[in-house]
Amino acid sequence: MNGPTPARPAGERGQPRDDRRLSLRALVLTGLAVCVLLAGVASAWASTRPDGLEFVAEKLGFAGAAGEHALDGSPLADYGVDGMAPSGLSTGLAGVVGIVVVGLVAFGLMRLLARHGTRSRDLPPSH
Amino acid sequence: MHVPDGFLDAPTSLATGVVAAAGVALALRRARADLDDRTAPLAGLVAVFVFAGQMINFPVGAGTSGHLIGGALAAVLVGPWVATLSLTVVVAVQALLFADGGLTALGANVALMGLVGVWVGWAVFRLARAVLPGRLASVPIAAAVGGALSVPAAALTFVGLYAVGGAAPIPLGSLVTAMGAWHAVIGIGEGLITLLVVGALVRTRPDLVHGARGLVGAEDVLEIRERAVR
Repeated sequence: MNGPTPARPAGERGQPRDDRRLSLRALVLTGLAVCVLLAGVASAWASTRPDGLEFVAEKLGFAGAAGEHALDGSPLADYGVDGMAPSGLSTGLAGVVGIVVVGLVAFGLMRLLARHGTRSRDLPPSH
Repeated sequence: MHVPDGFLDAPTSLATGVVAAAGVALALRRARADLDDRTAPLAGLVAVFVFAGQMINFPVGAGTSGHLIGGALAAVLVGPWVATLSLTVVVAVQALLFADGGLTALGANVALMGLVGVWVGWAVFRLARAVLPGRLASVPIAAAVGGALSVPAAALTFVGLYAVGGAAPIPLGSLVTAMGAWHAVIGIGEGLITLLVVGALVRTRPDLVHGARGLVGAEDVLEIRERAVR
């Protein structure tokens, strides 16, 4: 299908459509902003009802089998900041910390693996 | 969907942990082929998005709620191997930092969300894409179907684990019915979120979407031809 036609290398050649395209950096930054809004703000309005598994466990009578989490006393246990009254703000702050930690680990890990992997950049996905 | 400590006995937890560890080890090897300077940042973003999305519980029916698992979503965006790693990072941070999901159940949670959620989601996506027309617009729809079915699949896998090593004796039939039914409903939410997010990515940067490979190339050729005509 692709034949000898040179496929676009990731939108860095200044061709008409590429100019209109969101750059990777802009995409990642926009995505991270959405994530901060979700975890930092919208989480305050998340449903506090038990989730599917908890609900079924309560209904069928094995919820009591759940043991205390070994880290229940940790500073961010249950998505709240230790010492703060349970509130949307506390949940939101915990969420933002979570984003930073997940982000550091995930971006770091993926970069590390990419560096040691096959360097396929600038090549179009092969068909 | 986060299994707490105590639901599964020690041998089952251990065995599930071994399976999860093997899956993650394999993913660490295989993910490299899918990661480069372009896809690695997207993979990081996907993990962060799954974490954020999992914080947003949405109400489902009488007195319960559900949240995104994100396995199918991640698999379609960055490929299933990288998705397994993304979900594993999320589930591990949730257990270690937020006491969400038991420590002894970490293997079970990685297996349910990072293996079953991702791979069932990916397999259903591939099937749906094969059935749907070969257009970019089919990608978010196929992803949504994968997302929707991945949730009851993970729930029923939990039932299987519970049948082997559950803490309290529960009639298996009622557990299958309750877990399957509620998570089928939650799966609708999963499908909708997957549709929206994959749809947004397919519209803005289809070239970055793993599950759209093979479709972007065809449109590129068309576009190049149009340009040649001009």
